[in-house]
Amino acid sequence: MERVGRSPVTDDRSFVTINLDGVDVEVEAGQALIDAAQKAGTYIPRFCYHPRMNAAGLCRACLVEVEGPRGTALVPSCTLPVGDGMVVHTKSETAKKAQEGVLEFLLINHPLDCPVCDKGGECPLQDQAFAYGPGESRFVEEKRHYEKPIEISDLILLDRERCILCARCTRFSDEISGDPLIEFKDRGNYVQVITFPDEPFASYFSGNTVQICPVGALTAKPYRFKARPWDIDGVESVSLVDAVHSRISIQTSHNEIIRIYGVDNDATNHGWLSDKDRFVHNHVQSDGRVTTPMVRENGELVAASWADAIGLVSERLASYDSSTVGGLGGARSTNEDAYAFSKFMRSVVGTPHLDAQLADGLDPVFATSVVSRAAINDLESARTILLWGPDLKEELPVLYLRVRRAATELGANLVVVHPRRTGLDDVAAEIIRYKPGTGSEVLRKLIAGEGEFANARAILSEGPVVALVGRTGLTEDPDTAEAVAAFALELPEAKVLPLMRRGNVYGALDMGVAPALLPGRVAIDDADGRAALEAAWGPIPDGPGLNSTGILHGLAEGQLRALVLNGSDPVRDHPIPSMATAALENAEFVVAFEMFISDSSAHADVVFPVAGLGEVEGTATNLEGRIQKMNRIITPAGESRPVWSIMNDLALTMGSDLGLTSAEAISVEIADVAPVYAGVTWDALSWGPGREGVVLPGPDGTQPIQYIPTDRGVPVIAGHRILHTSRVLYDDGVMVRHSDGISGLAQRGAAYLHPRDASMLAVTDGDEVVVQLDGAVQLPVVIDPDLTEGTIYVPFNLAATAGLGAVGTLRIDAVRGGDA
Amino acid sequence: MEAHPADSNTLARYLDTGGYEALRKALKKMKPEDVAAEVKASNIRGRGGASFPTGVKWGFLPPDTRPRYLVINGDESEPGTFKDRMLLERDPHQLVEGIAISAYALDVQQAFVYIRGEYPKPARRLQRAIDEAYEAGYLGTDILGTGFDLDITIHLGGGAYICGEETALLSSLEGRRGEPRLKPPFPAIEGLYAKPTIVNNVETISNVPWIVANGGAKYAAIGPETSSGTRVMSLSGHLKKPGDYEVVAGLTWRDLIYDVGGGIRDDRELKAWVPGGASAPWFVPAEHLDTPVTIDDIAKQGSMIGSGAVIVMDDSTNVVGAAHRLVRFFSHESCGQCTPCREGTTWLERILDRILNGYGRPEDIGLLLDVCDNISPGLSWPPAMTTICPLGPSATAPVVSIMRYFRDEVEAMIPTPVGATAASADGTRGEVAGD
Repeated sequence: MERVGRSPVTDDRSFVTINLDGVDVEVEAGQALIDAAQKAGTYIPRFCYHPRMNAAGLCRACLVEVEGPRGTALVPSCTLPVGDGMVVHTKSETAKKAQEGVLEFLLINHPLDCPVCDKGGECPLQDQAFAYGPGESRFVEEKRHYEKPIEISDLILLDRERCILCARCTRFSDEISGDPLIEFKDRGNYVQVITFPDEPFASYFSGNTVQICPVGALTAKPYRFKARPWDIDGVESVSLVDAVHSRISIQTSHNEIIRIYGVDNDATNHGWLSDKDRFVHNHVQSDGRVTTPMVRENGELVAASWADAIGLVSERLASYDSSTVGGLGGARSTNEDAYAFSKFMRSVVGTPHLDAQLADGLDPVFATSVVSRAAINDLESARTILLWGPDLKEELPVLYLRVRRAATELGANLVVVHPRRTGLDDVAAEIIRYKPGTGSEVLRKLIAGEGEFANARAILSEGPVVALVGRTGLTEDPDTAEAVAAFALELPEAKVLPLMRRGNVYGALDMGVAPALLPGRVAIDDADGRAALEAAWGPIPDGPGLNSTGILHGLAEGQLRALVLNGSDPVRDHPIPSMATAALENAEFVVAFEMFISDSSAHADVVFPVAGLGEVEGTATNLEGRIQKMNRIITPAGESRPVWSIMNDLALTMGSDLGLTSAEAISVEIADVAPVYAGVTWDALSWGPGREGVVLPGPDGTQPIQYIPTDRGVPVIAGHRILHTSRVLYDDGVMVRHSDGISGLAQRGAAYLHPRDASMLAVTDGDEVVVQLDGAVQLPVVIDPDLTEGTIYVPFNLAATAGLGAVGTLRIDAVRGGDA
Repeated sequence: MEAHPADSNTLARYLDTGGYEALRKALKKMKPEDVAAEVKASNIRGRGGASFPTGVKWGFLPPDTRPRYLVINGDESEPGTFKDRMLLERDPHQLVEGIAISAYALDVQQAFVYIRGEYPKPARRLQRAIDEAYEAGYLGTDILGTGFDLDITIHLGGGAYICGEETALLSSLEGRRGEPRLKPPFPAIEGLYAKPTIVNNVETISNVPWIVANGGAKYAAIGPETSSGTRVMSLSGHLKKPGDYEVVAGLTWRDLIYDVGGGIRDDRELKAWVPGGASAPWFVPAEHLDTPVTIDDIAKQGSMIGSGAVIVMDDSTNVVGAAHRLVRFFSHESCGQCTPCREGTTWLERILDRILNGYGRPEDIGLLLDVCDNISPGLSWPPAMTTICPLGPSATAPVVSIMRYFRDEVEAMIPTPVGATAASADGTRGEVAGD
């Protein structure tokens, strides 16, 4: 049977004619009757049906009469694909009585909680009872009772009395997120949704069930009792938690963000969010926010006036030789702020040393300008998907959902290559696990289809192929990803998607916050491109400049003297934390544009308070090269301002006019100056199909650089033990740390060892070891048989693992006797 | 030989009485399609409750998809039904031989027997018979040297009537919750593990050896054309001789109740009876006593022969109590997936409970019927459904029956409210007594 529900994106559309309540209408073939009717203007009530999940047909609210050869029958319209000539009655007496009957049935055990229920005001049960229900319940007996609510995870509360057993939450968890941690228990009148014993609903996607629950059975702790839907304002924007840029609605009450909702963008997130996307907003209201300019006096950062702070910074920056100043950051910025940073540093400060990455991503040219770049929607028609890169469930969770959908619903064969178990292993057709540092050897064998790689190679020979490539961890050479891409592009009908995780890193690179790129994906040694830019900006220094490692090294050694941090935390995020710390301690002058005092901005001489989520308007560019509009809705906290505005003032004080009058004016300038962004306007991104974003370059332009990836030959690292370190969703990053509700969810951290490594070290689960790479950290051991022998895994940037870094000579020692 | 020898379940006794000769004939002398043709010619209709022609069901299998599965439905949970239990306990080899012949006809190499968890003894007996059959070469590989392979696996249910519904049974067999699936697709197209599957009742398949040994035409000649063959009816209730009886369709209810069943206990008066399991609307002496017991006659009269379970009620029966007990069964057994059944059956149970305990209201009569109507619109026969499967509509059968035949008794249990007039006590929806 064809699955009736949202069909894969396709350009082939055919139509059929149905008779809907007496009127002939033409509707798209292959869709469910409930959708066809809705598109034709007739709404049929429903609870269990959700357009992004397979139809279950169990709530029975969508019953309509359909004429057939054996007479007219009541059919659930969510399970019936439209057929040519179908005659449908949605409002006949029988249909209406059935719909009313179902609504009365749903209400007989439903508690009269509306006055105290979060869902009141935005409740499909309320709305449809009002529109399609009988108006009165005739039930006079005792309703079902449960202890209410109960905590089923750190974030989610369950009220079983309110639950109408539509199974949306259980089906989402099983089908979509692959975390079947909630399920129906018992039978008939006693069916309830519940977790398994001793297993909370600790899914990275649990918040989606709150959003799709049609009643107030599932509520989110961070939002509970905060506001009534009719008091809420909202604007659409994108989540910059990672580079997927899931579409969100930022919802506020009394100038405070109280909730983030998922918005359905067909190109990216399909309405889903990770819990980090959803619950990270509390950092905006956090008490830890920097709300005034701060200047260091007698060793302490104290509040200062804008005049003093700007005056000091402009005086100091102007005093240094341009080539001794470096700039880091941009991934947390909008495109407009990143552009301002790029323009300020290159044309006012006059330095080419700029990097939005912290040696934790990929080569910027490869990442932004690779040929045959895949869009996320290419997953919908892929026959084969190669994933050689990060564990998507941890680093790009919404992309994980899209890949999972392709593998489970759309029949794609998934090949996963990674040093340890990933969230997609259970839906993969083939899994390849390897020791970090041996990637090039694995790639060679995979290309040749040697031995155990024969099956994977055979799978990869069936196109269309979508290859998702990136660094599996921070100890992996970034060129491995490019070598994989080079191989992948030889596969049938192949497209490749370079994966980087950090917020708006693609947008920042596109704005020229990179040592070898100018705005618009122009190479720094492109004479014509450079000339065009100088016509707009004035003279800019020769390049390429130093990358982040070079900048930090230069500062640590004294060749560089000053540093501008644009929302960047190198002490925590750079693979050589000791060098980052030395750089910040040794630098003569550090100015930070930040929302918080972090391990890095704590070293600053001046901190400027910066506006963040919901406080800035602009655009951002995701990993597909899709640009979307971000909107603002709350006033920036305290005296915080958008980055571009502060830099404009700085420039003026330094004697230059950046000409940045508003974020929108900047976007117009970007369209002028950056070739790939030509023709992009805020208007086009705010209305019509542009709301889902526009993939750059647009239809009229090609990219200045058509980058063809090559295998540069990454050396195999021989070594008895190699560290694999990568990000996990909840860590000790700045935003998570300050987000009430999810800050406590980070794992405590451990050193994961293969059983044989553990026995060679004579340690077992729970014993303590000291792991040393750049720095040393003491961690408990967890035995992990899914690792390859010789691979040690430590999650990156947890409180307990910070300082370990990803570069150095690995040492691991058991802590003996007496030590905790 | 006595009629029911104590060792009837053993291979020795089965062989003694001609056992496995039909299997030998099928495997050695007939082609699979010939066997299927005999079953079709027999006109045998399913004995599980739906009475669907077995040969027609077998014909739904798509020709080229493999593997195929044969699943025997031994979930027997319809109240009043205990025939499959007897067949499993007392004649398991007959079923084994029937499975083997049917599997041969259908090109099945793996058959399952799903037995309700509350039948440990029948399951043990069947397993012993299966073990004996393997040892003797009637199951396993290269059966009787003909190259035909078959394995039979028994699976015990967890105690749910709904797992007698074929798609819920298949889900349970797959290790999931026993919840009926949406149809289409039907099991013959997409069944166990999404492969073509035939689900047949224990008694149905138990008939196959006789059909093959004697020919389908001979079977069809027994009894009326559309209720061919013999069938086992479980008689229970207020009878002198309750039990399982193998009968030929066409006898009257009078014959069945008074001759076969020995008449009413203590020679009391017959008040009503359930003709075919708890899902069947009731029959009463005035209308049905002298009508024939055939599948189609009963259907024409607005009920069903179902699983052949007849529950007889004499004049000592409180019909509201009887209806409440049956409705409580359905409410307890509802899988809970769909709204009208999960909520509606429990609501019906509660209303009947109130009436039984003296807390009924005049409007409850209309309310009961309207709730039934919201589960099974039109309260017609065969029942329409707002539900996924017929369990919900089954619960309405006892309610509709007592309203149709014993309304005065129901009304007599409802106290007249103070100040009420005749007009307001007629049970119309929503009206308050005294208006």
